[in-house]
Amino acid sequence: MNTIVEARFLGPDTKLLRIVAPPIARKRKPGQFVIARVHAEGERIPLTIADADAEQGTITLIVLGIGKTTKLINTLEAGDCLEDLAGPLGQPSDIQNFGTAVCIGGGVGTAVVFPIAKALKSAGNYVISIAGGRDAASVILENELRQISDEVYPTTDDGSHGFHGLVTDKLQELIDAGQRIDYVFASGPVPMMQAVAAITARYEIKTGVSLNPIMVDGTGMCGGCRALVNNQTVFVCVDGPEFDAHQVDFDTLMLRNRMYREQEEASLDAHQCKLEAHADMRRA
Amino acid sequence: MADLTLKERLNIPRQHIPEQDPQERVRNFQEVNLGYDEETAVLEANRCIQCKKPQCVDGCPVLVDIPEFIQLVVERRFREAAAVIKKDNTLPAVCGRVCPQEVQCEATCVLSKRGEPVAIGHLERYVADWEREHIGIQIPEKREPTGKRVAVVGSGPAGLSCADDLILMGHAVTVFEALHALGGVLVYGIPEFRLPKAVVQAEVDALDQFGVEFRTNYIIGFTETVDELLARFDAVFLGVGAGLPYFLDIPGEHLNGVYSANEYLTRVNLMKAYDFPRSDTPMFDMQDKNVAVFGGGNTAMDVVRTSLRLGAKRAVIMYRRTEAELPARIEEVIHAKEEGVEFMLLVSPIELIGDENGWLTSVRLQHMELGAPDASGRRRPLPIEGQTEEIPIDAAVIAIGNGSNPIIPQTTPDLEVNRWGNIIVDSQTMRTSKKGVFAGGDIVTGGATVILAMGAGRIAAKSINDYLNHPDVW
Ligand SMILES: Cc1cc2nc3c(=O)[nH]c(=O)nc-3n(C[C@H](O)[C@H](O)[C@H](O)COP(=O)(O)OP(=O)(O)OC[C@H]3O[C@@H](n4cnc5c(N)ncnc54)[C@H](O)[C@@H]3O)c2cc1C
Ligand code: FES
Repeated sequence: MNTIVEARFLGPDTKLLRIVAPPIARKRKPGQFVIARVHAEGERIPLTIADADAEQGTITLIVLGIGKTTKLINTLEAGDCLEDLAGPLGQPSDIQNFGTAVCIGGGVGTAVVFPIAKALKSAGNYVISIAGGRDAASVILENELRQISDEVYPTTDDGSHGFHGLVTDKLQELIDAGQRIDYVFASGPVPMMQAVAAITARYEIKTGVSLNPIMVDGTGMCGGCRALVNNQTVFVCVDGPEFDAHQVDFDTLMLRNRMYREQEEASLDAHQCKLEAHADMRRA
Repeated sequence: MADLTLKERLNIPRQHIPEQDPQERVRNFQEVNLGYDEETAVLEANRCIQCKKPQCVDGCPVLVDIPEFIQLVVERRFREAAAVIKKDNTLPAVCGRVCPQEVQCEATCVLSKRGEPVAIGHLERYVADWEREHIGIQIPEKREPTGKRVAVVGSGPAGLSCADDLILMGHAVTVFEALHALGGVLVYGIPEFRLPKAVVQAEVDALDQFGVEFRTNYIIGFTETVDELLARFDAVFLGVGAGLPYFLDIPGEHLNGVYSANEYLTRVNLMKAYDFPRSDTPMFDMQDKNVAVFGGGNTAMDVVRTSLRLGAKRAVIMYRRTEAELPARIEEVIHAKEEGVEFMLLVSPIELIGDENGWLTSVRLQHMELGAPDASGRRRPLPIEGQTEEIPIDAAVIAIGNGSNPIIPQTTPDLEVNRWGNIIVDSQTMRTSKKGVFAGGDIVTGGATVILAMGAGRIAAKSINDYLNHPDVW
């Protein structure tokens, strides 16, 4: 169960995993996610379903190794299994023919954007994709985006690849150049989504964002994933993860995402050695 | 001892169940109650005067034949005693530990009119533990396979007991569970110190032996819909519980350090956050902290006592009525007090206050008084104008109950629910508005008890059996 059939790095810490999960592959819609656990003492973490192949019964996850669990996942290879995999969870993305849609991904957020860009394209939109990263290596899925977008703009903070600047700078440039935009979808670090929302609010462009709070069960049972949207408490796992960007309280989301920072660092340190040992073992 | 006179029986004092010392147990997660030994159980059983018209049975939601099983304990025929209980209660080791006996069987026991009732719960637990430890959970006779297939959704007490009865009736049963572990609230909610996981696991293992198939990580509605289940099963039982925590709807609920009881308990019990970083799930560091728990039910008691075990300096129940109205089992309140839990009564939180980094620092409380009884028959708490108080706290846990989870109703349009989202059933048969679909437990009643969920699962099993025999009559 949950066997990995393909595992390869897309960037330094970003790994693509294709996993056998026929029921999830059959049912998932763009915008949905899974909850995964790596081992019996593992935590439950949400991961967006970046792509799926119903016929082959596989789903694709793209994981940025930043915490203990994501780093551990990124040591897995083809043939390994995940302990648990549950899904698809969350509400599917709002896919319509808006006209021209700009899809913006920051870092691993591009993995969230990809399936939605693909679906927006199938729905008849003119799709412009912006995939940002710190440097050339952290821009992911550029080739995949080219196949399903009408225009693609990689952006890097250091100018090592594509447009030199932030994704929002590119968005602003498009707007200034008179590009007609009917819909924007963004996913990435909270400050990035907040900045996108601030720009599109000014131009009154309908904007969707996919939120990434800390989750436990992913089924609405714990309320740990709560966020403030339109001044109401929502449970991101069952009410979202996609929301109207102009109604999201990003500041609260950002503070909540820091809740376990200390513990996570401690745990990461404690396990870093273990991970390294593990990796050495694999190489040997 | 079998031929004691009535007077002699009445003179036996209620036998106390041995417990871990309070000082000791607040530092561990092991079970608080240690259970009777054989002699104590037999002595306690001898207190039962074997009423001609036993009132205790009427007090039991599933009508266990209490005097009969107690008589068998007197005769030390424990195997048969277990069989008697199991006719009506499929989860006696669980119910013996967590039922609110003081408002059920023990409330109606005639001895309670003059003194202390027979310790029916402790005896039930003794018998169930004896069976599990001495002979293993017995596999009752199973009927010939019927060739019918039933899907049971949810592995809490409702789902487990429904699966148990259906498999013994000869139907093929598959249980679908959204989480990675089986047992529902019994494993993610109720802590180890009250209900050891091993007790629940033994029940699950027994069902596994009987031939029930289990599918974890399977969310009905998402992984497969109820309609899709109906295409490959002859009937569906929904025992999905009441898992959608209520919040207070006051300012500050999004501060770090604020939890729902479900999240708090799930992190500790299911995800073993008490063992962080050996287990991967983190938890707010309770060491030497002040913790406030809002609510007065079993869940609130579980959270507040868990907090002490995680090292909290001060753990306080903040409840808006008085002690007399606390909905928790009396034993939990007593244990909590022994362990050093503080009770602030007649207070209601109106604001949670935090620092600039989004961490909780204090709670503003409104002092309350009791007014006239409300719809529930309990006196309604009313704010005393102008009397508020701010108390510094580091963590707050909201334990004020659960609404119903929206996943199944949202994905099953023709399933009727009431305005709180609870599935509507015929109470005699547990049939829903949708042909072939039955429901029971907390998803129907709202948050209730293990015994009621178990009872509902069994009524549903019987009615599913009737339906499978006569599918045209709906
Ligand atoms: C902390 C706490 C303490 C309690 N203490 C007591 C006590 O001392 N005594 C007592 O009698 N009662 C107590 N209760 C109440 C009691 O636990 C519940 O009434 C009882 O467990 C309800 O049983 P259930 O089978 O209806 O649901 P649950 O036990 O909630 O089980 C439902 C299961 O269904 C699963 N599920 C939900 N949705 C889906 C889906 N779409 N697909 C698949 N699976 C799904 C859930 O993950 C869960 O495992 C307590 C409750 C809590 C939370
Ligand atoms: S993750 Fe628990 S409710 Fe959303």
